[in-house]
Amino acid sequence: MSFRLKRAKSLPIYATLLLFTIGFAGFANAVFVEERLADPVSEERARNISEGIRCLVCQNQSIMDSNAGLAKDLRGIVRERVLAGDSDDQVRQFLVSRYGDWVLLNPPFKMQTLVLWLAPFVVLIFGGFLMIRFLRRKSADQIGKPPSEPLSTAEMAELDKLIAEDDSKRGQP
Amino acid sequence: MKLSFMTPILTFMVIAGVMFYALFYLDPKEIPSELLDKKAPSFALPAVPGYGDDLSSENLKEGKITLLNVFASWCVACLAEHPTLMELSRQGKIDIYGLNYKDKPEAAAKWLKRNGSPYKRTGMDLKGRVGIDFGVYGVPETFIMGPDGTILDKIIGPITEKDLKTRILPRLTGDAG
Repeated sequence: MSFRLKRAKSLPIYATLLLFTIGFAGFANAVFVEERLADPVSEERARNISEGIRCLVCQNQSIMDSNAGLAKDLRGIVRERVLAGDSDDQVRQFLVSRYGDWVLLNPPFKMQTLVLWLAPFVVLIFGGFLMIRFLRRKSADQIGKPPSEPLSTAEMAELDKLIAEDDSKRGQP
Repeated sequence: MKLSFMTPILTFMVIAGVMFYALFYLDPKEIPSELLDKKAPSFALPAVPGYGDDLSSENLKEGKITLLNVFASWCVACLAEHPTLMELSRQGKIDIYGLNYKDKPEAAAKWLKRNGSPYKRTGMDLKGRVGIDFGVYGVPETFIMGPDGTILDKIIGPITEKDLKTRILPRLTGDAG
């Protein structure tokens, strides 16, 4: 009874929370959009590029996710470059020439990052090789061994007895 | 040899070693500057009212090593390196230029009045655009500029005693002009 009462009382709180959640879900998308570009296609492009640009103050967030002052400035610059007619790569290059590859959340594939990109595959191949060798050796061991001894008559009798016992138990309701 | 039982232990030790090194000897906040050994981007900025002449990229190529210090009145860490800069300026060994980053002119002037100005020239980068051209991502940062306006080195964060001894002063002794 008291439980029900409690639940009824907290209902308005839940409702408020729910409202807030829904309200902010729409809001969250628009939080860091200061001055949108008039052309929705360009705006979309600018946002897509921004998603891949690292905020240098709050590392590991994209400038789209960050409310740091620098992130805001960089978003402005991305929009400006898009408006100036730069291709996506040109916009990225503009930032890379100032902040280095680090500014890209996806490291580019080049000499310095070769190890980074190829290491997982090397590990996979090497690990696979070891695994295959291990399994081969194991099965070779099995093949070399004589088959295990058959059961003796005494053992057979014991086994039959156990099975019969089990069956009779299971037969009962 | 039956030492294969050591494999996991050795693997662990190698990984632990790498992580130990990364934890204590690498600083993820120090992003190597892309602009090292490149010419400074060109700019021209008005001075903080009353504090030195205007600052432009031309001033960085006057045939001597200079310091370009990025500062702001809202920057707490700037206070930490301020005495170092004041001392350097007093010794007169090197010209220090101040890039006032995303600040208000009055606030910057007030800050310089209160703390003293080590700067021969100052430039107000009100919107931070010049800062972005220089790859500035925090304040303070200090660029060591070569005689021809090449960026020789960049110190991220306040200049420490060690930075001064190992990165700034050695360049000055080599440079008679």
